[in-house]
Amino acid sequence: MTQSATPKPLLEVKDLAITFSTPDGPVHAVRDANFTVMPGETVAIVGESGSGKSTSALAAIGLLAGNGKVSSGQILFDGEDIAQASEKRFVELRGNHIGMVPQDPMSNLNPVWKIGFQVKETLKANGLAGDNPNKRVAQVLADAGLPDPETRARQYPHEFSGGMRQRALIAIGLACRPRLLIADEPTSALDVTVQQQILDHLDTMTSELGTAVLLITHDLGLAAERAEKVVVMYKGRVVEYGPALEILRNPKHPYTQRLINSAPSLSAQRGDKHEAIVDEVIPGKAEPLLKVSNLTKVFDIRKGFGKKEKFTAVDNVSFEIPKGTTTAVVGESGSGKSTIAQMVLNLLDKTEGEIIFDGEQIGNLSEKHLFKYRRRVQPIFQDPYGSLDPMYSIFRTIEEPLRIHGIGNAASREKKVKELLDQVSMPASTMHRFPNELSGGQRQRIAIARALALQPEMIVCDEAVSALDVLVQAQVLELLDELQREMGLTYLFITHDLAVVRQIADNVCVMEHGKIVEQGTTDEIFDAPKSAYTRNLLAAIPGASLI
Amino acid sequence: MLSFTLKRIVQLIPVFIGATLLVYFLVFATPGNPIAALSGGKPMSPATEAALTAQYNLDKPFWVQYGLYLKNLVTLDLGTSFSGQEVRDLLARAFPVTARLAILALLIESVFGIIFGVIAGMRKGKLFDSTVLIASLLVIAVPTFVLGFLLQYVVGVKLEWAKPTVSGSATWGELILPALVLGLVSLAYVLRLTRTSIIENKTADYVRTATAKGLSRNRVVTVHILRNSLIPVVTYLGADLGALMGGAIVTEGIFNVPGVGHLLYQAIQKGETPTVVAVVGVLVIVFVIANLIVDMLYALLDPRIRYA
Repeated sequence: MTQSATPKPLLEVKDLAITFSTPDGPVHAVRDANFTVMPGETVAIVGESGSGKSTSALAAIGLLAGNGKVSSGQILFDGEDIAQASEKRFVELRGNHIGMVPQDPMSNLNPVWKIGFQVKETLKANGLAGDNPNKRVAQVLADAGLPDPETRARQYPHEFSGGMRQRALIAIGLACRPRLLIADEPTSALDVTVQQQILDHLDTMTSELGTAVLLITHDLGLAAERAEKVVVMYKGRVVEYGPALEILRNPKHPYTQRLINSAPSLSAQRGDKHEAIVDEVIPGKAEPLLKVSNLTKVFDIRKGFGKKEKFTAVDNVSFEIPKGTTTAVVGESGSGKSTIAQMVLNLLDKTEGEIIFDGEQIGNLSEKHLFKYRRRVQPIFQDPYGSLDPMYSIFRTIEEPLRIHGIGNAASREKKVKELLDQVSMPASTMHRFPNELSGGQRQRIAIARALALQPEMIVCDEAVSALDVLVQAQVLELLDELQREMGLTYLFITHDLAVVRQIADNVCVMEHGKIVEQGTTDEIFDAPKSAYTRNLLAAIPGASLI
Repeated sequence: MLSFTLKRIVQLIPVFIGATLLVYFLVFATPGNPIAALSGGKPMSPATEAALTAQYNLDKPFWVQYGLYLKNLVTLDLGTSFSGQEVRDLLARAFPVTARLAILALLIESVFGIIFGVIAGMRKGKLFDSTVLIASLLVIAVPTFVLGFLLQYVVGVKLEWAKPTVSGSATWGELILPALVLGLVSLAYVLRLTRTSIIENKTADYVRTATAKGLSRNRVVTVHILRNSLIPVVTYLGADLGALMGGAIVTEGIFNVPGVGHLLYQAIQKGETPTVVAVVGVLVIVFVIANLIVDMLYALLDPRIRYA
């Protein structure tokens, strides 16, 4: 954070407007945006998807999608207006003056080239490869915190974990020591603990190099923790701009206030409204709806040459879900939490142990019983883009389970679909539309309506809100909460996000490497975590300590 | 990789036996007496006919005929044609001609198909793209024999740029025009496949990241878009090599090329089982090996694919 006596801004965005031309006419993605980044400073742009935050930042490195254009305003980089700069000028600037760390580490490395190659070409393109480029590559990777960089450089992206890939991308972004780094949601695809390590490392590196960072994020907590200044964007406009802590403590614009209130990482625990039903069902007295005991799943992993290795994904797990309550299973990727969900849904065979639903063993059900069981337990999956058939209308999607289970006739089913849409607060006219016409939050509502169609007793939510923006996420969680109160639903809630758990769950199981390391009521886990792992997870929630 | 290759080569045996058995049966079941056809419909003494039938084993049941064929195959004896020539010699003469023709066609379709496909994909919606798309559709829609005669007439007869027919020796130079005709339809498919693949890949996240690293436009296209886009194209080209070898009948007919297609056509007409089965057997082997090469190229292009 070095600042000269006469500070001259490194990046100055003045009255920026960006327009996308579409077949339906121009779309104004950004209007009248103004903000400044000083040398060495970190500025965060916060907003939900479609707010124009990424678009504004991408304009500064000349990477707007083909139909996007800066329609007016200036982007001054070190005094030079690059808003309308030529592609040739941008090729000069990119890499060694303005670097970028993109969002999704899974899709941003070319799968067919070795990591070292992808770093080396960056150095070469900017004339920084030197006499011994391989040594430089190893150095750059080591700086980004990758152990054993010589070996790593010879590997392909698919041999890296998500965290390692993001480190490689950080290495690429900072390889040519740019003065400005655009970090577009650099950690949103990663687990919280990995996220924390990566952001810490990024902080250290950029402050050593004196690099200014333009951090784009949807997470206000994270922005407040990492940035000196925050720019809040909403529907293409900058609605609030100022020092991070000030905005967090004293938000002026209603949107910022809503954002702070609905951010799970910053808000309080489950609402009081919910207490009533929990009191009715006192755990211990009521028979649990789902009882999982000593559940184990072992996968055979092929090692080549006909050899196999055993991998225990779920290891001797036991828990109970009392009727009408929510139990969250929390853990990082690879902890085995989704494997549990799949076994409970009977989509995957268990290796050992018991799953008892309403007094009945699951796992050796006959075809007929399984069909009945499917009616009583329904899933909601993570990706509302992938889990709805794009060729099915919304009506057909919701009606299908009713038809399969032979419920009612055509007229009564149509009435039921209308009711269900009403329950998830979607207009009945949605029936005739198709998934691609709906937003992520709307699609997830459809997925919920589909799950509710058969009036199940339990719903398994596998990362059901992870793909959604905070505001939408809050709405969907609220909807799930309401439905639980109205219908006495039981939820098994699989998530990696502890902050969400606090909002929705009554009981929590924390998983690590296939084992449950801690379980208890939500308050117990949050207020008095016993295991070190849980404490780490809690500490890694961004912004938790700020309010 | 080695064990994978060996496994695939071992797989050749059942595929080969299955294919030849099927073809052998089909020719066996074809109505009409090949011996009678041999004499051109003229009356033949019963003794001669019986002798000829016995000579070609046509008096024996199907399984015995096929068994004898397989037995001779082990000693590389592919049998004799009705005109008394060794099938082995016929193949040895025809196969290199068709191989040259197919390789030329493959070269033409891959080089031009990929180059035009890349340009069209990168300039989606522009004039070049639209022109090339319409032209490729035309080529796909018009039957090969029409295109063949048209090119033969225009290039060979009117413009006299190339000889309209091929001589007995069928040199590389003479085969360029037939190869163009043979490869033209596939060229159109390769072009369209490349174009689609390029369009899909050019908006990929890693392409944007590559641009953000400061790479030049040319490098982004050749290093990051092209290699990834070639994966489906290579699959098509490999499968097409087999089709080109076997599908050259029409083209070989138009340009009078003394190749495998020509040989096969005549043999089918005469009901000459040994020749038909031998040609099909060779084509099956070519097909399987081409597929094996494709699978290996696949692993080379995409490191995520590993064969165990």
